[in-house]
Formats: sequence, C-alpha cells, structure tokens
Amino acid sequence: MNRRTTSITVRLAVTIALIIAAGGIVISVAAYAYGRQAAQEAYDRLLAGAAFQIVQSIAVLEGRIVVNLPVSAFELLALAPDDRVFYRIIGPDGGTITGYEDLPTPAAASEDVAFYSDEYSGETVRLAAALRRFAERGFTGQVQIIVGHTTRARGALARDITTKALGLVAIAGVALVALVAFAVRSSLGPLARIEQALRSRDPKDLSPLTVSTPREVETIVAAINRFMGRLASRVTIMQNLIADATHQLKTPIAAVRAQAELASEEQDPARLRTIAGRIHTRAVGLSRLADQLLNQALIIHRSDAAAQEVIDLREVAIRATDETDHDLLSTGLDLHLDLPEHPVHARGDALSLVEASKNLLSNALRYGAPPVSFSVEHKAAEGIAEFAVVDCGHGIPESDWRDSGRRFARSAGSLPDSAGLGLAIVNAVAEAHHGRLAFSRTPEGRFRVALEIPVVEGAP
Amino acid sequence: MIRMTGLLVLVALLGLAAGRADAQGIDTQNEIALFGAPLQTARAVLAIDGSTDTEVFAPILEAFAKRVPDVAIRYREITTNELYDLAERGCSGAEPAADLVVSSSIDQQVKLANDGCAQPNHSAAVSALPAWAKWRDEVVGLTYEPAVIVYNRDLVAPAQVPRSRFDLIDLLRPADNPFNGRIGTYDIEASGVGYLFAFVDAQQATTFGRLIEAFGRNKVVATCCSAEIIDDVASGRFLIAYNMLGSYALVRAAEDHRIGIVAPSDYTLILSRAALIPKRAKNAELARQFIDFALSGAGRRSLSESGLLVSFDDAGGGLAALSGAVPTLRPIALSPALLIGLDRQTRDNFLALWRSSLGGADPEAR
Repeated sequence: MNRRTTSITVRLAVTIALIIAAGGIVISVAAYAYGRQAAQEAYDRLLAGAAFQIVQSIAVLEGRIVVNLPVSAFELLALAPDDRVFYRIIGPDGGTITGYEDLPTPAAASEDVAFYSDEYSGETVRLAAALRRFAERGFTGQVQIIVGHTTRARGALARDITTKALGLVAIAGVALVALVAFAVRSSLGPLARIEQALRSRDPKDLSPLTVSTPREVETIVAAINRFMGRLASRVTIMQNLIADATHQLKTPIAAVRAQAELASEEQDPARLRTIAGRIHTRAVGLSRLADQLLNQALIIHRSDAAAQEVIDLREVAIRATDETDHDLLSTGLDLHLDLPEHPVHARGDALSLVEASKNLLSNALRYGAPPVSFSVEHKAAEGIAEFAVVDCGHGIPESDWRDSGRRFARSAGSLPDSAGLGLAIVNAVAEAHHGRLAFSRTPEGRFRVALEIPVVEGAP
Repeated sequence: MIRMTGLLVLVALLGLAAGRADAQGIDTQNEIALFGAPLQTARAVLAIDGSTDTEVFAPILEAFAKRVPDVAIRYREITTNELYDLAERGCSGAEPAADLVVSSSIDQQVKLANDGCAQPNHSAAVSALPAWAKWRDEVVGLTYEPAVIVYNRDLVAPAQVPRSRFDLIDLLRPADNPFNGRIGTYDIEASGVGYLFAFVDAQQATTFGRLIEAFGRNKVVATCCSAEIIDDVASGRFLIAYNMLGSYALVRAAEDHRIGIVAPSDYTLILSRAALIPKRAKNAELARQFIDFALSGAGRRSLSESGLLVSFDDAGGGLAALSGAVPTLRPIALSPALLIGLDRQTRDNFLALWRSSLGGADPEAR
C-alpha cells in the first residue's frame, strides 16, 4: 500500500487561501486607513475652501467688521449633504461677531488654515480656522474665521473607498483562485499523459517512453525509462539464459540418453562397463555445465544487482586460488601465484570476481599446459588492475580472440566436457565492472588471458 | 368612534394652555385644537406645533386620527418665529418639547436640526423623497406650495396682469401708475416666510434689486400675514400682492372670483413646509407615523384637498415638475445653505438693504 501524501491541488489551494486571507487582512487595514485619509483630505479642502470664501467676504465698513456670508461657501459645505454646519467669526477683542459663540477654537492660531477635530453639540466635528488681518482706517487687527462640520460624509466616503477596495480585492482573489485551479490542472496534465502512455502500451513493450513532457517532469520520465531499461535487460538476460541452458543441455543429455539406450541392449559385460564409463563422463560434464549455468545466472544477477564496494583484489586472487578445483591442482600441475606487496583497491563485487578468476584458472589448468601463473598486476599509469593467467599451452587461437567470451563461442576443438561458458562468465563480470577481457601472448610466446578492471587509487 | 375622531374642537386660548404660554412670556393668540380620542381615554397625546392655519391643517390631522383611534392629537397654531423660539427652548429642556413641529419657515427648521434639536425618521417614505425635500432625514418636506403673485381680477385689466417679475417691474416704472401705494407684500422683519422668500429671491436673480427699488418708489405696503393681505387684494385696497404663499391664495381664489393668481414665468419658488421631530419628543414614534402618513397616498390626497400640496400638473406634472423637468420651478432646498439667512449679521445687512430700498414705505404698513 502506497503512503498517500496530500494532493498538490489541496496544497496549492491551502497555500493560496492563506496568502489571500493574509493579503486580504493587510489590504483591508490599508484600504481603511487610506480611505480615512483620502476622505479627511477631500473634506478638509472643502472646509478650507469655505473658510477662504468667508474670509474674502469680511469687510471693514466705517471702522466696523461687516460679514456678508457668501451662499457659495455654504453650498460648498452642503456638498457633505448630511452634515451639520458650524461657523464662528471672532473679532480682534475675542468677541464673537457672528455664528456659534461656543464653537471651539484651535490650539494655536496660524496664518495658514488650521484643521482640528473636537466634540461639539454632541458630535465629533472637524473644524478649519483661518485668519484675516486688517489695517484699515479706524480698524486694525485680525479676524478669525472658524468653519466646521460633522463627520458623517467623511465616514461615508471612507467606508465607500474601503468597500470598493475590498470588492476589488475579493474579485482579484476569486480570479486568482480560478487561475490557480487552471494552472494546477494544466501543470499536472503531463502526469496524466504519462499515465495514459503507460496504460495504453503493450505489456511486453519495455522500450523507453516517448511522451513529450515539461522539464520538471522529465526526471520522472527518465527514472521510469531507466527502470524500464533495467527491466528490459533483465528480461533479455533471463531469455538468453534459458536459451543457453536449453541449447547447451540438449546435446549432452541426448548423448547420455543414446549411451543409456546402447547399454540397455548390450549383453557383453565388458562393453557394458565401457558404456557405463562413458555415461559417467558425460554425466560429470553435464553436472559441471549445470554448475556453470547456475553460476553465470548468479553472477549476471549479482553484477546487475549487488552493491559494489571497495575491495582488495589480492584477497580476491587468494580466494580464487583456494577455491579452485582441488582435483585439478592435485594432479600435480604447477600453479604459481604472484601478488603485489601493496593492496590493490577496486570497486566491485568480490564474489563475481572470485568466480571469474576461478574460471580463468580452471581453463588454464584444464586445457593449458603447466606451469600456470596467476597474478594480480596494478597498472597505475592506466588506472587499471589485471587478473592475469599465463600458461604454456597453445591457448585460444588468435582468430577466435574476438569471439571468445561471447555465448556459444565454442572453437571446433573444444572438448565434450567443456562448458564453453567459462569465458562468457568472465566477460560478463568484466563488463559489469566496466572492464574487459583481454588476450595476448607474452614475449616468450605464452598464452595470457587477463581480466582488466579500473582501480580506486588511494583508497584505504 | 369615527364621529368622535372627526370632531374638531376649536379652543380659543383661555385655559391651561394660555396660562402656560403666558408664564413663558409668549404673547400670542395661538389656538389649540384637539382631534381623535378624548384626552381622558387616549393612550397617548400627539402634540403638534405648527404655523399652518388650523382649519387648513385639520383635514390631514383628522385623517391621521382615524389611523390611530386611541390617540389624541393636539394641534397648536403658532407663528413661525414663536414656533422657533419654543422649539429652541424645548431643545435645551427649558420647556416641554412638542412631538412634531411643522413650519413654513424652513430655514428655522434647518437651524433647529443643525443645532442638534431634531431626531431622524429613516423611513422608506422619507428616503423616497427627492434630496432637496429632506435634510439628514430630520427635516422633512411635507407640502409643495409656490410663491405667487396675487391680483384683483376686477381692478387689474387682463393685459396688465404681470406674468413675470420683469412684467411687474415694467408695470411699476411709470411715475403715475395706478399701483402706487396699492401693492402688498410680507413684512419680512415680522414674517419668517416673507424673509425667506425675499432672501432666496435675492440669490436667484438680479431682478430682486430692481424689484425692491420699484417697490420703494411705489410705496409698497409691507405687512403681516397672508390672510390679511389676500383679503385686502379681494377688497381692492391692494391691486397686487407679491410673494404670497400659494396654498392660501389658491384656496381663496377657489372661493372668491375677484382673486387671480400668477406663478411668475421667470421663476417660481416652491416652498415645502418642513416637519421636524424634536430631540426630546415624548411620542417620537407617533410623530414618525404621522410623517409617513403625510407622505403616503392618502396623506397626499388630504394635503392636496387642503391646498397645501399644489399640483403642478398644468405646468408639467406632479413631483417630476419639481425635480428639474420644469426649469422655472425652483424648490427651496432643505440644506444648511439656508442657515445664511438666519446669520445675525447677514440678516441685519439684508434688512438694512430692504429698509433703505423701500424707503418711507413703512409708515403706511401698520
């Protein structure tokens, strides 16, 4: 059962919702602050306009202040339609010339228009105060004009601005959500296409996917294709192995059966014994062949699947020597093991390398001529190491070197109990270690076969 | 019961009400009328102070009384200036406030609201009114009445009838014209409505200066009260009366063939009598009901029958005519701009101008 994580759509939806909510709160606060300020400024200008008009309407007549309140000033104030309007004109002696006598005055009189808020007549009022200086015959001094109104229109405008701003934010939010939904659908589209491509293909088809995908999804496709590649090579190996086994087992089994049929009709005990001997020989070869086939399957499996670690190749050589068929060694053939003094490190699978080395040794011991030497050689200049086996026999003819190591490569002169698989295994191990199988002649004309693999320099 | 509510009781000011009014120093000949349920059994008493003549206002009061059978309605008729003084004192708590104040002196009503003496009536009927006919939902225009020129049909030849202020000025230009000393208008120092009309006239057009100049030359008689002036037009003492409240004039013209009416064609001012619920009203809810009733279809019909709601059908039709469809009809908007006329200095200046223009016309006034 796969562990399900939260869907991308839900993640995006939650994230966007949080962003919009947080943004909405910030914008609401900002919009309200802005709305208040805008309303304040707009209506303050109105007040200032009215104050200036009243200032202009004040005249000095025969040493007396005369105020003819301009209708336009009040019509200006009436632009805040539902607000109560207050005014006061104060003479140089501080006495109210006309207007509301208890209207609050500003904290400090200024030449310019001063704006201030205060409580008056049970409501908050916004006031503007202006000054006019007179220097006329019979009258010198300054007159202060105060104009104010309640703040209903300001509040309404601030609310209006805020509401409209929030309306826009809401529309933008909805649009954003719709866009995100669309974006998620369209960006998850390639995944659906991959799924479709996988589902619709033939079960035996392990070729790479050719769906066109955006860069971000390419890695997924590449991973799928790598996996498919491995699967394909496994399947191929399995098929080859089965084909090999069938092919290689068919002849010896047929031979054993033929001998057995002969034996069943043979009356002469001496010849019967001879036939039994042949059957035994064939059976031994058959069992070695079966061994090798299983070995190869195991090694091919390991080369593909086993974790490669850094190993000392000298240990591999010692193990290979130890495990080499004692029957072969006990025949008195001479084996010379030659190892360097310093460790030779390489990245690889010890078991595979041991098997490959054993195969090389067995071949030399079984088919070559003694003395046989087995050495590990470190070629630091080329960054490789070799398991080299040299014998004094004829070895494989040079014309067959290219084909040796391939499956079914069997020279005409191979013996009936030769599996013919030995070099194929070595070759497979070499490839799995990014190395190769090399044949050569020593200067003395001896046959030399080597398994080369890259070394890891300076490893512990 | 219905007969009871229909009963109109006119009481000459003698009893309790007189004593109280005198105690407050108000020298007035106001009348108190009772409608609806008897005071003893009434659930509540709706106290209305108004400047409208009781007999003109009675039909709508009676109609409303039928809607609220267990309520007694007390209507007190007072002149506009006294109405304002009373309301102002009611606002400060110096005197019990009425539940509703209806005045033709709309500038004073606006001033009361501006001074925080009113409470709003945010009803559907009020919000349906055009913007100029209400302010803050506190001052609400109930009626529509034109300011008209009234003339004597018998004594003014049809060709001479002034159709506009220009006609009137032309009529008064000859030195020996027959109108000299026989033109009446409100004494704007005594009449709130007269002052309001004159002040708005001064803002509307430059004709005003020439008009009062002509009035001065022709010894116009500035006096008090619509009824008296119209009586004098009917009797022939005045040939023409300027800026009369259309409601009275139309009612009188319907009864008296001698009275002719002209809505000036240059512009006709429209006044909307304003209702206001004082801040300290005891039965504010009843007052709201009354306002909404007056603005309803039934209330409109009743006001029309009384002549308080002048139909402008001839000139273009109903309310639409007042909302700019007929450009010569100029409603006086209920807005703080009306406060200017009440400004002490501005009022003094305006009255000084008026007096100096009319010159020696005044002595004949009273």
